[in-house]
Amino acid sequence: MTPIGTIAERAGTIVDEFALFDDWMGKYEHLIEMGRSLPLIDEAYKTNEYLVRGCQAQVWLKAEAEGDLIRLTADSDALITKGLIAILLCILDRQPADAVVGADFSFLDEIGMKEHLSPTRKNGLDSMIKQIRLYAALLSHSKEVS
Amino acid sequence: MIAESVHMSQETVREETLDNIVEDVRRDFPILTQTINGEPLVYLDNAATSQKPRSVIDRVCSYYEEHHSNVHRGVHSLSQRATEMYEAARETVRGFIGAASTAEIVFTRGTTEALNLVAQSYARPRLGSDSEILVTMMEHHSNIVPWQILSGQTGAKVVVTPIHEDGTLDLDAFEQLLGDKTCIVAVAYISNSLGTINPVEHIIERSHARDIPVVIDGAQAVPHMPVHVGELDCDFFAFSGHKMFGPTGIGVLYGKETLLDAMPPYQGGGDMIESVSFSGTTFNKLPHKFEAGTPNIAGTIGLGAAVDYIQNVGYDFIQKHEARLLTTALSKLSELESIRFIGQAAERASVISFLLGDSHPYDVGSVLDKMGIAVRTGHHCTQPLMDHYQIPGTVRASFAFYNTIEEIDRLCSALRKAASLLQ
Ligand SMILES: Cc1ncc(COP(=O)(O)O)c(C=O)c1O
Repeated sequence: MTPIGTIAERAGTIVDEFALFDDWMGKYEHLIEMGRSLPLIDEAYKTNEYLVRGCQAQVWLKAEAEGDLIRLTADSDALITKGLIAILLCILDRQPADAVVGADFSFLDEIGMKEHLSPTRKNGLDSMIKQIRLYAALLSHSKEVS
Repeated sequence: MIAESVHMSQETVREETLDNIVEDVRRDFPILTQTINGEPLVYLDNAATSQKPRSVIDRVCSYYEEHHSNVHRGVHSLSQRATEMYEAARETVRGFIGAASTAEIVFTRGTTEALNLVAQSYARPRLGSDSEILVTMMEHHSNIVPWQILSGQTGAKVVVTPIHEDGTLDLDAFEQLLGDKTCIVAVAYISNSLGTINPVEHIIERSHARDIPVVIDGAQAVPHMPVHVGELDCDFFAFSGHKMFGPTGIGVLYGKETLLDAMPPYQGGGDMIESVSFSGTTFNKLPHKFEAGTPNIAGTIGLGAAVDYIQNVGYDFIQKHEARLLTTALSKLSELESIRFIGQAAERASVISFLLGDSHPYDVGSVLDKMGIAVRTGHHCTQPLMDHYQIPGTVRASFAFYNTIEEIDRLCSALRKAASLLQ
C-alpha cells in the first residue's frame, strides 16, 4: 500500500498529483478519494486514548514501531479530514522515526491545499502533525536507549 | 376564479414589495457585498452573530471621533455628552423591550454574563441543597453551565425538561417537574439549534402560579420578533447586542425592579458604589449597582443604534419576510434526497438544522464555504441536545431579514454539489 521513497520523494509525488487540478473542486475530490482509500484503523482503537485533540471532527491515530520504521494508522469520521490524514500517512508511514521527527512539512503548502482549508481545519492538521511528531520522537528515543 | 386571481395578484404585489425592501436593507450592510472564495457571500450564520448596518458602524465611529469620554464621572462637557449618549441608549432599550423603568435595564457583556449575573446574584443566596433549577433539554451552554456552577456551590439540582422528537418542549413533563423544590425556571425563548419558539407565556404563567420566578434567554428572540417584557411578565430577560445587528461585547439583562433592588451586586468596583470607606461601602442605585467599572460605552451606544435600525426596518417586515424565507427554504431543502431535518416545530424562527446523508456536518460546511456560503456546523453550544438526538452536530442555516430567496437557491445548489462530492 504505502509507496516507497524518502519523505521528500513521496511528498514530491503528491505535490505533482495535486498540481493536476487547478480548481478547488478537483483538489477536494482528489483529497476525498485519497481519504476513501485510507486503510481503516481497527474499531478497537477508536477510543479516547487514540483521539487527537484539537480537531472539530474526530481523529484517531495510532503509531507503532516496525524495526526502525514508524507504522501509522488513522481514521476520522469526516471525509475531508480523512483525506488530510491520508496525505500525511502516504508520506510518513513506514519512514524511519527520526526522519519523521526532522521532516520538513512545507510540502503541505506546495500541495496548495492549505489555502483551501478553514482555520479550524488548519488547527486540526497542525494537531495531527504534532501528534505524529510526538509519536516519532518517542519511538526514535526508545530506540536510542534500548 | 376572479376572486382567486385578485388574491394571487395581491400576493405577488406583497412579495414584490418585500423583495424591494430587502434590496434596500441589503445596501445598509457593507459586509454583504463581499465575495468569499470568488463567490458573492451568502451569510447564513445569523444565529451565531448578525452583520452590522452602516448606521451602527457610523454611530460607534462618531462616538469615538467626537464624543468619547468616561461616563458618570466628569464635570467636563465631553463626559457629560458621553453620559447622555450612554443613558439615552438605556432609555432606547427600555422602550424597545417594554420595561417599566431604566432602572430595570442592566448592561452586560452579553446574554452569557446576564445569565451568570442572575445565577450568582439572584439565585445563589436563595438556593439550598434541596432546591431545584428547572431548565430544558434545548438550552444553550450559557443557560446550563452557570446553573451547574451554582449547583456546585449550593448543592441545588439542575432539572431538565425533556423535548418531543420534533424539537418542541414536553409541556406535560414541565408541569410535573415544576415542583415545591423548584426555585427558578430558566428557558430559551427560541432554540438556537432547532429554531423552536417556546411557549414562554405559558411557562411563565404556570411558574408564577407557584410563585416561581422565570429567566428567559432571549438571545435568539430579539432579532426576529418584538418582545415586551412587561406583557410577558418574565422576571428576568437576557439578550446580546451582536445577534441583533449591534456591536459585540454588549448585552442586556432586564430584571423586575423589586428583584434587582433586593439583589447584592455581582461585581465590585468603580461606578457601582455610592461611597467607599474601609469601614463600609454603600452601593449605587439601580441599575448602576450592577455595572462595575468603566462600561462598554461605544458598544452601548452602538446597541442603541441597532435598536433604532430594527425599529426603522420594522418587525412587520422582518416577520413577514423571514416567514417567507423559512417556508421557501424548508420546501426547497426538502427536495434534496438525503436531507434530514433536526427539529420540526410548527412554531419556529428562521433557523434550520439538518444533516446531509451520513456526511459529517464539518465536511458539508467546508464545501459550502468554498462556494461562498457561511453556515455553522457542530453542536452550536447545545451538546446535551445533540446527545439527545444522538448526532455529533448539525449543519445550521440561520436567516436574517437581509437574506434573499435567491440565496436559498444558492444554498440548495451548493448542497447538491456537496452531496455529490461527499456521498
Ligand atoms: C440561545 C442562546 N443563548 C445564549 C447565547 C450566548 O450569547 P452570547 O455568547 O452573546 O453571550 C447564545 C449565542 O450563541 C444563544 O444562541
